[in-house]
Amino acid sequence: MTQNPGPFDFARHLPAIEARGVCATLGQRQVLHDISLALPRARWSSIVGPNGAGKSTLLKALAGLLPHSGSVALLGQPMAALRGRERAQRLAWLGQNESAADDLTAYDVAMLGRLPHQPWLAPASPADHAAVERALRATQAWDWRGRALGQLSGGERQRVLLARALAVEAEVLLMDEPLANLDPPHQADWLLTVRGLVAAGKTVVSVLHEISLALQADELVVMARGRVTHQGACFDAATHRALEQVFEQRIRIHCLAGQWLAVPRL
Amino acid sequence: MSPAGTHQRRKAFWLALGLGLASLVLLALGMSVGSTGFDSVLQMQRDPQAFLIVSEIRLPRTLGAWLSGALLGLAGAVAQGLFRNPLADPYLLGSASGASLGVALAMALLGISPLATHWLARLGLTGAAFVGAVLAVLLTLLLAKGVQHTLRLLLAGVVIGVVLGAITSLTLLLQPEIMQAMQSFMLGSTAFVGWTACALMAAVFAAMMLAAWMMGHALDGLALGEATAQSLGLPLAWMRAALVGVLALSTGTAVAQTGLIAFVGLAAPHLVRSAVKTTHGRLIGLASLMGAVLLTAADILARGLVAPQELPVGVLTAVLGGSYLLWLMHRHTERTGGA
Repeated sequence: MTQNPGPFDFARHLPAIEARGVCATLGQRQVLHDISLALPRARWSSIVGPNGAGKSTLLKALAGLLPHSGSVALLGQPMAALRGRERAQRLAWLGQNESAADDLTAYDVAMLGRLPHQPWLAPASPADHAAVERALRATQAWDWRGRALGQLSGGERQRVLLARALAVEAEVLLMDEPLANLDPPHQADWLLTVRGLVAAGKTVVSVLHEISLALQADELVVMARGRVTHQGACFDAATHRALEQVFEQRIRIHCLAGQWLAVPRL
Repeated sequence: MSPAGTHQRRKAFWLALGLGLASLVLLALGMSVGSTGFDSVLQMQRDPQAFLIVSEIRLPRTLGAWLSGALLGLAGAVAQGLFRNPLADPYLLGSASGASLGVALAMALLGISPLATHWLARLGLTGAAFVGAVLAVLLTLLLAKGVQHTLRLLLAGVVIGVVLGAITSLTLLLQPEIMQAMQSFMLGSTAFVGWTACALMAAVFAAMMLAAWMMGHALDGLALGEATAQSLGLPLAWMRAALVGVLALSTGTAVAQTGLIAFVGLAAPHLVRSAVKTTHGRLIGLASLMGAVLLTAADILARGLVAPQELPVGVLTAVLGGSYLLWLMHRHTERTGGA
């Protein structure tokens, strides 16, 4: 970000995603109520909240994958004005419990992440192959790139899907429960990957139900019953109080060895 | 190029080569099987009648079986990708029951039978089958309110299938004399395929193959789920419409020419996938080849097993395909521990 002149780096401080008055319904039920929030650029924001708070729905709405009222801007541009391909190059989305693609190899799946960058019908370029290799290596999935997804364990499959999202190499990366099925070493690897992305100026937004992992983020968005109840820095005491409140005072946030941890209050 | 990619790509290449060679062998075999036996091929050069038997009957019908199988294999691969269901088959959108109803109505109203060799009558029946198949798919789309919800599409297809099947049965009850002719259509047969039908199927196959190949990435994306495909910027709405179009046209064409041939469309993509893990662009081509080889082989068996009589090829594909499916289910339950 050194190429920007001037004392105030406006582009950097422009939010990566800005939502205004977003409402969404699933079936008959209104899931999101008038949500307005700005997610800072080159930061990792985590969305947390109790079950059914609307976290995944919000992430989908922010990714432009769900019909909603209100407006969402991506990197300063209204999402509605972006063509599907333009949006896909700037924003990558990783869903949870998406279907399996059992008969594609790990390599082919990761290569699908390059679709937004490939002209229609054009074969993959050397740059695409390089991006796929980087992504598969980042999630330690490179060694079994030739195996079909159906032959992998849940955690291995999740790492391939993660690599698929990383291979997009988008400015903004939205991930819904990216750590599902991952063992602790690979969770730690994921944290390092995300930190690396943020250091490189990318924006990461994740939905995490594991509060202690969510507290590793830069920013926390706390949700309950389809509303954002608090947004603040992860080290901020006010954020901790908001977290404890949204989980009905059943958790406590403690500091241990320089890291914030959520422990159950019995 | 990645080593992983090349490994599966090499497998796909060998499979394509093997299926291509098998096709050639089967075409040659198809020319020599028939009521007058292999003699016709030997005397082809001298005897004009033997030449006619080979060039006007055996060759077009063998080629017809190949093309019809290819269309069904293509439709099966598209259906399984589109509905993200490995058990989807080309007849899901009601095209089979629509074609049956079209043929039943044509026979009942016009008094023509599939045994009539006159080409005009034949064109009338295949035309009716094709129109019936396409109308049934359109009806399914109407009932499902478009192509956006695959589950609704599947349910609508089932409903249309049941309703049209009932109307076909009613027509047969009212006109019992067409029952036998109808039976031969329902079982599927390549006996009436001539050069015109071959040319038609070849043209449709070429166009549909190209269209499906261009949609390969959409099918790959869909395999990751609809939301993920959408997040990749794929124009899902019109790609899905185009895929339904490919499905309807290839199935309608095949059904119109060779009747309701069971299981080829279901089994062909499965066999390919069990041999090679590849993207839909290649899978579609390989499934077509596999379907072509399966149906040509079944057709030759049907003609040769009880010669000089012949079995309806649909019976054979149903028995063979059904056993394959049972074996597949058995293997699947064994692997997942009876789940």
